[in-house]
Amino acid sequence: MSLYFKDLNLAKFSKAEAIDGTPGEKLNALLKKHKINAVEFAKINGIMNGRLPSMSELGVFSAMWSEHCSYKSSRVHLKRFPTETPDVVVGPGENAGVVRISGKLCLAFKMESHNHPSYIEPYQGAATGVGGILRDVFCMGARPIANLNALRFGKRTHERTKYLVENVVKGIGDYGNCIGVPTVGGNVSFDESYDGNCLVNAMTVGTIHEDKIFKGFASGTGNIVVYLGSATGRDGIHGATMASDSFASSENSERSTVQVGDPFTEKLLLEATLEVLEKGLVIGLQDMGAAGLTSSSFEMAGRAGNGLYMDLDQIPVRTTAMTAYELLLSESQERMLMVIEPHNWGALKEVLDRWQLASAVIGVVTDTGRVHISHNGVLEVDLPVGPITDDAPKYDRPQKARPLAESNSPEFNNKTLAGIKEIGVETFLANMLSDTGDKEKIYTQYDQHIGAKTVKGPKDQGAAVMWLRSDIADQSEPNLGVAIAASCNERYCSIDPRLGAAHAVLKSARMIAATGGRPIAITDCLNYGNPEDPEVMWEFSQGVDGISEACKNLGIAVVSGNVSLYNQTDGVSIKPTPMIGMVGKVSDVTKVPAGVTQANLKVLLLQPKSAAPAFGGSLAAKLTRTAGLSAIPAINWKAETEAIDFMRKVISTGSVTAARDVGDGGLATTMAKMLLPHQVGAKITLGISDKISDLGNYFGEVAGSYILMCPADAAAKILSTGKELKECQLQEIGSTNTQSAFEFGSWSAPIKQLTSAFGRSLT
Amino acid sequence: MTQFTNIGKPNVGLIQFPGSNCDADCVDTLKRHFGLDTTLVWHTEKSLPKVDAVILPGGFSYGDYLRSGALASHSPVMASVKEFVKKGGPVIGICNGFQILTESHLLPGALLRNASREFICKYVHLQGQTGTSVYSSMLCGKTLSMPIAHGEGRYYIDPEGLKKLNDKGQVVFRYAAADGSVSDASNPNGATEHIAGIASENGRVFGMMPHPERATDVVMGGSNDGLQVWKAFFASFL
Repeated sequence: MSLYFKDLNLAKFSKAEAIDGTPGEKLNALLKKHKINAVEFAKINGIMNGRLPSMSELGVFSAMWSEHCSYKSSRVHLKRFPTETPDVVVGPGENAGVVRISGKLCLAFKMESHNHPSYIEPYQGAATGVGGILRDVFCMGARPIANLNALRFGKRTHERTKYLVENVVKGIGDYGNCIGVPTVGGNVSFDESYDGNCLVNAMTVGTIHEDKIFKGFASGTGNIVVYLGSATGRDGIHGATMASDSFASSENSERSTVQVGDPFTEKLLLEATLEVLEKGLVIGLQDMGAAGLTSSSFEMAGRAGNGLYMDLDQIPVRTTAMTAYELLLSESQERMLMVIEPHNWGALKEVLDRWQLASAVIGVVTDTGRVHISHNGVLEVDLPVGPITDDAPKYDRPQKARPLAESNSPEFNNKTLAGIKEIGVETFLANMLSDTGDKEKIYTQYDQHIGAKTVKGPKDQGAAVMWLRSDIADQSEPNLGVAIAASCNERYCSIDPRLGAAHAVLKSARMIAATGGRPIAITDCLNYGNPEDPEVMWEFSQGVDGISEACKNLGIAVVSGNVSLYNQTDGVSIKPTPMIGMVGKVSDVTKVPAGVTQANLKVLLLQPKSAAPAFGGSLAAKLTRTAGLSAIPAINWKAETEAIDFMRKVISTGSVTAARDVGDGGLATTMAKMLLPHQVGAKITLGISDKISDLGNYFGEVAGSYILMCPADAAAKILSTGKELKECQLQEIGSTNTQSAFEFGSWSAPIKQLTSAFGRSLT
Repeated sequence: MTQFTNIGKPNVGLIQFPGSNCDADCVDTLKRHFGLDTTLVWHTEKSLPKVDAVILPGGFSYGDYLRSGALASHSPVMASVKEFVKKGGPVIGICNGFQILTESHLLPGALLRNASREFICKYVHLQGQTGTSVYSSMLCGKTLSMPIAHGEGRYYIDPEGLKKLNDKGQVVFRYAAADGSVSDASNPNGATEHIAGIASENGRVFGMMPHPERATDVVMGGSNDGLQVWKAFFASFL
């Protein structure tokens, strides 16, 4: 035993009082409050070996076996993800995934949801979501270089939407701005299925040297357990179980369970953590995230196959008379648990004191395979590690498929086209731009440039690009960069949960390709409704299959992620939203298309030869309120990968002025969004497709399409290169000009009118 | 890169407060573009090491929990920075550093909550003003592009102080349009007379809200105009 706790004698503690196990109303109510069902309680009794759990132990089971911590409904599906490619250094299961980008330079990244807290208390919920994902990344030893966020709100006219948008954005901004990590991208959309459950998904990317990756292991018997960061209060108790519950609008506010963030302390924690890791003072560490001390201690012990003893009397607290139960389940923010060799405590303490962080030795690593926790002379917890971390309940919940839509229904297409004509084509384009319009009001509240690495930020609309410059990068690649994208089209996923999820991966890949980047790996936030509803469970399973299929076709892996279920209010589940966060390698940031569109550029369209514009799940169908169902765009995998490679090839020549994948709202909408920020006109013409009328070419959505703009001489070269394409075709469709209109086919919309619509997106 | 001879290499000190977050970007700029190693000075130091000039970087010193820069202005190290200034030592304060300078009364005026009540991050244009400092002599008439990122950046000064600032030619930058014209439309935060940066009467202390350390390479946001500010900083004492 180490110097600390060298006299540890577990026998000296008195036993904690057990819960009243008499079958009946009282026990049922207690279990219900802890969201433990009868089968799980029987399993607990088996683990307890004839003894009834104490309240603290019941709390441990409740937290560790919550959906949020144990992934009990999703684990059987998640194992289908492809998790290994030559780029992967650390796959799922750690605090964040790590991939190699060049030489020993790696990226650690993850996306995580904070949906439930953000709906209840949007400012703190969103802020602490950012704080949590930052800690997941920097506790691996990585320095965070970029944050992204993906937000989903209810329809714009819903009474709560404005309040949620304002406060979520402010929460994200205040936290990220203070800690000094730029927010460089993301996406936001509005849909009535989120009226009662907004989504706040935050992603952090950090850089790290491959040989300095830290993992959350509590190894080495006799090593000591150190607590550091903010003092513990009562905030966030039961956060993990709340995040595993659905809402009923009549329920009283659950405000007390939302944590409060302090980005200033997080900044100190970040710097102190990276410093002590760099100095080699730490064996293992983990963020105290969901289920706080409970999950961090059990998970670190579980990974090392060890035991732990912790003395709760040593924990820095910010309030009095906290019970063991509260101390174990508090989700106070900005806290970490470290395991260190005892002789390093002095050196560690010196660093932590300099950063003005509270710290304390609270326990020791044991060889018992159990977690023992005492408080006020009472042994509150005496539980085996393995059965709690590894043998958590696992459910293969029943699924029920919905019938899929008819492929590219002519009737649906015609109805949508009629709807567009009824509104008027030019006005309709303006409406499309209003819906997908500029998010300036949001992103100007985020510091996008701190760190001085931002090559492409939110204003540039596509994937973010960060210049890795001196981040331990190999000096032979001084212009190395990383492209980061986040994407999910919930309309697609709602119509076809499998293909829609594949589209989310592909969309991210295309955004990265449009910067000249090569997709490397993804993280994901799988946001779904109530898994006990067989149709939702089917959506989830289909989503996993779609992501897996896309990753396999692109040759990339899933390296981290998170599942958020029970996004349901009053029985209404959200549209399936498997949010994808992707990183890609940009070999030369100076070649990334500047995106500054000028007059007299040629406009080229790259798309699969098999492309057929579809209205199923399209923005046009949403805005024309077309009733009925039609299939979402089909995917041609060979064409997708060929296009990604082609984009990288032509952009590497440095001759592409602007490039974008064709997204929501089809060709006309995407093209307009490229022109408006620069007040440039253009004229484009497409031949009439035999699949859908000419108007359909401009507003229908096609998978795997890109718009490129470049000067005429470069265009000639690119078109010539394009002759080698097998699955895709490249054609010149027009040029930009100094006129004050955007002309497409036989229609013409004034730039001025489109600009004002584009700016109306969030008002 | 501006080349300093080994003998002529200035020793620049950068004050680090808990919550400083633009420190690394300043250090990186000085290293990559000017070949200088920065001397880092922790906020608890009671005396400044021997340095030729001082940088007060941006960030949220001490969390900015009272008023931006207010707590930092009372830190141990600021007492010696004040001494340094008294002896004519050159100091540049950027963003939170500017706020610390006004809170420390090393520059006149105050930085208040933006008129929009929101944090604002975007590229702005600055028009260099005619004035008495080296900054003005090097930057006057130039239109520079660089980002701002602040919640409390609205420069305020009372009419008497303003008159003095203008009369003595202490205004170095005003927010402007891309063509250099100055108007309300190009004022992002409601600053008095569009003021973005000012110098002390002797021209040795300079504070600005925009971030020259983030506009150092054209590949980022299309501007390396920030380098001109750094060159003026060096010229102010070399």
